[in-house]
Amino acid sequence: MSHPAIELQGVACTFVSKDNPGQRYTAVQNVDLTVGAGEFVSVVGPTGCGKSTLLNVAAGLLTPSTGSVRIFGEALSGINARAGYMFQAESLMPWRTALQNVMAGLQFRGLSDRDAKAQAEEWLRRVGLGGFGDRYPHQMSGGMRKRASLAQTLVMDPDIILMDEPFSALDIQTRQLMENEVLDLWQGGERRAAPSSPSSPSGGQRAAQGGAGRKAVLFITHDLDEAIAMSDRVVILSAGPASHPIGEFAIDIPRPRDVAEVKTTPRFLELHAAIWGVLREEVLKGYQQQLQKAA
Amino acid sequence: MWNLIKPRPATLRLWQLGLLALIFLFWHAMTKPGLIPPFMFENDRQAAFFFGEPLRIFERIWAWFVTDADIYQHLGVTLAETVMAFAIGAVGGLAGGLWLALSPMASAILEPYIKAMNAMPRIILAPIFAVWFGLGMGSKVALGVTLVFFIVFFNVYQGVKEVSPVVLANARMLGASQKQLLRHVYLPSATSWVFSSLHTSVGLAFVGAVVGEYLGSSQGVGYLILQAEGSFDINTVMAGILVLTTFALVLDGLVGKIEKRLMTWQPKAGETEKL
Repeated sequence: MSHPAIELQGVACTFVSKDNPGQRYTAVQNVDLTVGAGEFVSVVGPTGCGKSTLLNVAAGLLTPSTGSVRIFGEALSGINARAGYMFQAESLMPWRTALQNVMAGLQFRGLSDRDAKAQAEEWLRRVGLGGFGDRYPHQMSGGMRKRASLAQTLVMDPDIILMDEPFSALDIQTRQLMENEVLDLWQGGERRAAPSSPSSPSGGQRAAQGGAGRKAVLFITHDLDEAIAMSDRVVILSAGPASHPIGEFAIDIPRPRDVAEVKTTPRFLELHAAIWGVLREEVLKGYQQQLQKAA
Repeated sequence: MWNLIKPRPATLRLWQLGLLALIFLFWHAMTKPGLIPPFMFENDRQAAFFFGEPLRIFERIWAWFVTDADIYQHLGVTLAETVMAFAIGAVGGLAGGLWLALSPMASAILEPYIKAMNAMPRIILAPIFAVWFGLGMGSKVALGVTLVFFIVFFNVYQGVKEVSPVVLANARMLGASQKQLLRHVYLPSATSWVFSSLHTSVGLAFVGAVVGEYLGSSQGVGYLILQAEGSFDINTVMAGILVLTTFALVLDGLVGKIEKRLMTWQPKAGETEKL
């Protein structure tokens, strides 16, 4: 697998207002972004800079105005079938129980109900929802719903996981738990693929060599701590409109990491300071623009 | 004693029935000739003539259902018309609503026509249907269908339009085909809208059937009422109304039962269990 999992080249997205065609808004422009196979990449940027737009482009939900999208070397047309998407908002089907929600993708794929159920139950257990399969989304807490979403995405065994601020609505404790779980599950894929090398130092370099079972992750967040703690690489977007990547940092903190503990290490603080130095200006710029818009 | 029957959830039915009994009692007291001196009319028979007497009405119903047992044929016809109008209208409305909601072009072309058809006082079609479909059941079903169809149609249309875009995108990312989206996302999402419309449309299906019978027929409860009205038999008219009301309530209850079974996923207020 020499091709990167996701390769955006010169992507621009211009939205035209339906009611008023003269009103156009260019969310992102000149975006080149690559995510290697098995690499965990975070994108950070000020609010409203088009982070979600990029994710939707990678998912195939949105066709870019210009530029090309390649998934494992092949041009993307339509929905990206190799990707799973974890949304920021509630995405579970409210008329299905947790179990049925996790089964949904497998059923769409044409699996028999029995096989789908077996796999779905296994994944519910893995995300810690073993006994809650028969709950409807409205009967679960926010954290449980996110876990169910995670299971729903991962049960499909996608090669790419797209995450759009998946934990932003959670309280800080639940959030750290979920972040660690995601890291565990992500690394677990590698462990299963290569059981002979249980604990070798990992990092951006190693991921690029391609752990076959490990999934590529494109993670969108506005939380720099989260981005650094979880990723191999952090990409910074400029303030919108027409935002584009203005810098990227390889995160060379060894894995496995604990998102809570890693935040106190000196290397984390160094990286944080460096990235914040770049990001700060953009955040202020974005804030100024929003103030002007409001005035 | 008061504590035993105080209004509370457990005695709700009791109070509802008590209120019904009270209404009939009041009705009886006001209309029974000779019971109280007339204060609105010139003599004490007129109140009974205009409003009917509950006891006579119940006698009439009793005769219909038990001693003469001659209403079953009429009731059967009316109910069959209602159910057919309801089923055809609901399925048609569901299909039409789904189709137009999912194909914006067709919806844009047809929009003024649908608005016009909905704005039209469709009861007025009854005589035309009588010409087209004859005086049998067909014309009544057709009238009921025109009433039911639009209610269901607009609700399904709205329901599909209001599907959460995130849930939709999620299902697409999970690999749902267009058909699977329809079956697993659009339909379930529209059902809550559909059910709220079905309660209204059961009533309207009944209206269609009875009005159709009323305008021209040889059987059905509407026909019975028309006959009784012709001979100023207000008691029979009232008896017919009572019977129709009861069956409309039963049909509505059935829809409610089905709704409850299909809509278990909807959140209900205060769903906690006391241990």
